[in-house]
Amino acid sequence: MEPTASLGVQLYSLMSLFDPFCGPVGFLNLLPDGSLMSCGDTGWGDEVARGFFVTVTLALCTLPIGLTIGLFLSLAQQAEIRSLRMAANIYTTIFRGLPELLTIFMIYFGLQIAVREAALALGYARGFDINSFVAGVIALSLVFSAYASEVLSSAFKAIPKGQYEAGYALGLRPGKTLRLIILPQLVRIALPGLGNLWMILIKDTALISVIGLGDTLRQTGIAAKVTKEAFFFYGIACLLFLGLAMASSIVFSRIETSVRRSGVNR
Amino acid sequence: MSAVSELIAPQPAPPVTATQWTPARIAGAALLGLWILAGIALVAWLAGAWDIDKVRTYGPKYLTGLGTTLTLVGISIVLGAVLSVPLAFGRMSSNRVLSGLAYGYVYFFRGTPLIAQLFLVYYGFGTYRNELEALGLWVFFRDAWNCALLAFTLNTAAYQAEILRGAIESVARGQHEGAKALGLTPFQTFHRIILPQAMIVALRPYGNEIILMIKGSAIVAIVTVFDLMGETRRAYSRTFDFQTYIWAAVFYLVIVETLRNIWAKLEQRLTRHLKR
Repeated sequence: MEPTASLGVQLYSLMSLFDPFCGPVGFLNLLPDGSLMSCGDTGWGDEVARGFFVTVTLALCTLPIGLTIGLFLSLAQQAEIRSLRMAANIYTTIFRGLPELLTIFMIYFGLQIAVREAALALGYARGFDINSFVAGVIALSLVFSAYASEVLSSAFKAIPKGQYEAGYALGLRPGKTLRLIILPQLVRIALPGLGNLWMILIKDTALISVIGLGDTLRQTGIAAKVTKEAFFFYGIACLLFLGLAMASSIVFSRIETSVRRSGVNR
Repeated sequence: MSAVSELIAPQPAPPVTATQWTPARIAGAALLGLWILAGIALVAWLAGAWDIDKVRTYGPKYLTGLGTTLTLVGISIVLGAVLSVPLAFGRMSSNRVLSGLAYGYVYFFRGTPLIAQLFLVYYGFGTYRNELEALGLWVFFRDAWNCALLAFTLNTAAYQAEILRGAIESVARGQHEGAKALGLTPFQTFHRIILPQAMIVALRPYGNEIILMIKGSAIVAIVTVFDLMGETRRAYSRTFDFQTYIWAAVFYLVIVETLRNIWAKLEQRLTRHLKR
């Protein structure tokens, strides 16, 4: 076995130890055998749980990429140089104006065509398939970053100019002023807006199921088709998304209180 | 006696400082250049791939698809607005049960993806076909368009209820008290004093909600409604020509940008008495 594969298997078995659905302490084990949501071969519990983890992983992979691009976008949006501002505004106009579903399709099919053409040009006989997870992360990052840049830009506007001037007066370089003085304050101001964007991101991950990623919605959809219990399984999908939203709002309010404690009162 | 004994001779204008090519300027020029190049390449490609047969075949279909999208969004926004009024008052009510029910409704529809709600209505109600047939409701749920309309209406009602509630609660308490002091009835107070002020606050979120609905409505293509997105997918599956998606993107961008500009103008016009 290759080392990376075995590492993956070990990681997976480690993670399944803490699986709240079908792990050793999973609550779905409490269901009687033969019920629709039980674990193992008879029920759909483990399949749905796997989809749920794909949803969470997708959102967690998108977040750092989207935030980083969004930060650079918002820096460009308030630059004194007009070409930078224009370039950033074109980006946000496009990705905020397009339906998320269309962005996903365009990235998925467009990447596939681009990769095939590139492979043909390089002399390979056939192209490679684009992983729907990768396409999903790219598409969601584009959309997320466009929205994040707006939130961060308005947070930048809320920081008084004196903070920058104080940084320069201390002899800090612009980059250091940004990192040491502005960003810590920015996080506090932008946090509620970013929390909203995270909720929207979680809901948008459901759209990736249409390009074949086995996320919550797709797995419950398969279960619904096989068992003909569509209402039950799509209801489960909705409940899982609701649970995710509730958990996120708890985490975010925790972060907000801890951040507010360390901040200055204005 | 004047303090000035001699006038300073006119000076030439200071020399124009040459534009400095800072890293930021280079990055800006490069990125903007990249966009311009991409735009030119796109236009050139679209012009090169222009096929009058395809335009004749699919052009009218795109337009009918666009009509479907706008009809669906228009009807569901209006029905959602009607439904959002009792929901918003339920949320604000002091009755625990009422406000709890309204809160649950709003939390469910705002906390789950629209696509899951659509599947729940379209595929989910299909599970209860026999019961629905007995009630005579199957005719309604059989049609994907009706299911999409129902799901969108319920969804946008939840969002609009929150917009309405936020706007009404943003009106200062003194306005209620002033109306009471003038002896206005509660209905008059709401209709003449509160609502006009609340609507100005709600204007921008309503615009955003319409734009979100137009973008969100693309998912009806998955349940076989041929809106703009549905026609695009059908055209792509027949031609395998990527420009079908580009044209859809152009259509959506034009709608959203037009709507955004109209809304900005409208807001400017309606809030002109607030500008100082």
